[in-house]
Amino acid sequence: MTQLALVIDLNVCVGCQACVTNCKEWNTSGVAGPMVDQNPYGKDPTGTFFNRVQTFEVGEFPNTETVHFPKSCLHCEDPPCVPVCPTGASYKRKEDGIVLVDYDKCIGCKYCSWACPYGVREFDEQQKVMKKCTLCVDRIYDPKMTEEERRPACVRACPTSARLYGDIHDPDSEVSQAIREAGGYQLMPEWGTSPANHYLPRRKTRLRIRVDEIERADNPLKIDEQLPRPGTAEPSLDDVTSW
Amino acid sequence: MHPAFSVIFLTTLIGVGQGLFLALFTAQSYALFDLLPQQDGHTFYAHGSALALLFLIGGLVASFFHLGRPERAWRSATQWRTSWLSREVIVLPAFMGTVFLYGAAHLLDWKPAIATLPGGIVVDATVALGVVGTLLAFLLFLSTGMIYACLRFLREWHTPLTVINYTLLGSASGFTLAAGFAALVAPELASFFAGWALIILLLGLVARVASLVRNCHLKPKSTLQSAIGIKHPKIVQKTQGFMGGSFNTREFFHGRSSLFLRSLKWVFLIGVFVIPASLLLAGFAGAAAEALLAAFVVQYAGLIVERWFFFAQANHPQNLYYQSVA
Repeated sequence: MTQLALVIDLNVCVGCQACVTNCKEWNTSGVAGPMVDQNPYGKDPTGTFFNRVQTFEVGEFPNTETVHFPKSCLHCEDPPCVPVCPTGASYKRKEDGIVLVDYDKCIGCKYCSWACPYGVREFDEQQKVMKKCTLCVDRIYDPKMTEEERRPACVRACPTSARLYGDIHDPDSEVSQAIREAGGYQLMPEWGTSPANHYLPRRKTRLRIRVDEIERADNPLKIDEQLPRPGTAEPSLDDVTSW
Repeated sequence: MHPAFSVIFLTTLIGVGQGLFLALFTAQSYALFDLLPQQDGHTFYAHGSALALLFLIGGLVASFFHLGRPERAWRSATQWRTSWLSREVIVLPAFMGTVFLYGAAHLLDWKPAIATLPGGIVVDATVALGVVGTLLAFLLFLSTGMIYACLRFLREWHTPLTVINYTLLGSASGFTLAAGFAALVAPELASFFAGWALIILLLGLVARVASLVRNCHLKPKSTLQSAIGIKHPKIVQKTQGFMGGSFNTREFFHGRSSLFLRSLKWVFLIGVFVIPASLLLAGFAGAAAEALLAAFVVQYAGLIVERWFFFAQANHPQNLYYQSVA
């Protein structure tokens, strides 16, 4: 069975918000209807977004690291938001595991948002229904698009390729390999929701070189700090002579 | 959580309606076994049922204000297999219909005998409707409570005490109203209802204090470490990703100080339990109807505070992601 998901590499995300912008642009003009902002040029602008990029500081000065953290619906394999929905508007597709909201059935009771521990569902104040990431379901199956274009808008926008997209149930997919080989993990595993989206941790590239690997153990300078005097008849090429 | 007044009024008003109906049928059951004098159906049970129905309708109307799309509300009855909210949506009208029939049967004196118990006690249609109504009343308390108790992330709610409190506090307010109502139209029943109201109120006090104590000692299961999956003891959020508010900052934060929350706790403990209990005690001892009616008014106001506190106290794990604006 297919489970489409995003794998987000925290090691390369630079927090540029391009995924946020492209997500909003695609979905506000797509079949899901507008995601209208309220008071966009006023004092307290607000609006519905499917995707947010947050920033955390890990550690204590001066040993700190800035972690940019993109956050959208994780398309849980056991989604707690789905069974609580009284109308069946919230559902998980069997064929590809995407969790969706039927905007024509939603009554806007907001109960599903209470049942989501990740806070990734946002209520649309204009349409008065609950909205969430669709994994660009209107892109990824569009036969008019090229293979390259048939990916979520956020994935297409990412300039550092921090967002991978694919089937996490296919062991040979790019995302499954990334999860397996780069230590992909799930958010809040304590609730047993089994999120499909995974995150790849920050990685440090460290060279492990011993001192004797960069210094010659038999360097004559180590013995008496004096260069040996080569015999005048000896050849003068290094590593050929005794010194 | 941000307490929504639509839900506060829904849960408190239907609680009164359910409790009042339970009180009426308790009196009828006592009368059936000759433990209380028989009441005239026309004035007491019929008007009492109408009063209960008024509270239930009030709650139902309040619930519509919670919906973004109230015109589609009928759809919410479809997912009763999985959703407690859907179950509540089915049980509430069923209960209201039963209360209506119960009141109508009393009003029209429609009492065909259905069965005869050993000892010659005749079970008529009103008794049968009363039994069905009682079952539905408890089913409704269960559904309402489970809407909150089934959310395992909201640990303040995820306990059987939530269902027990909804049941006991709703019943207590209904019995208190029944005592006030009886004081006006059937004074010989006032102390009967006041006595039961006191007993249920005391049980409610025990359960509510138990839940307060439990919630005091809760340790959050989710931390910033598990929320973003980075195992470092010191993580701070620098920005939540936007500067204006969002649904996530409006729906899940009550926006008041912890001092405000702590003082509300004492307000509702006094308003729901202490003052009504003393007034009920006075009514039990034979004080005027005003004392019993005042007991209900004070208790209902206290219950609104109690429900506000119930919602505000729940700390949603999503709040970990929304801590800093920059």
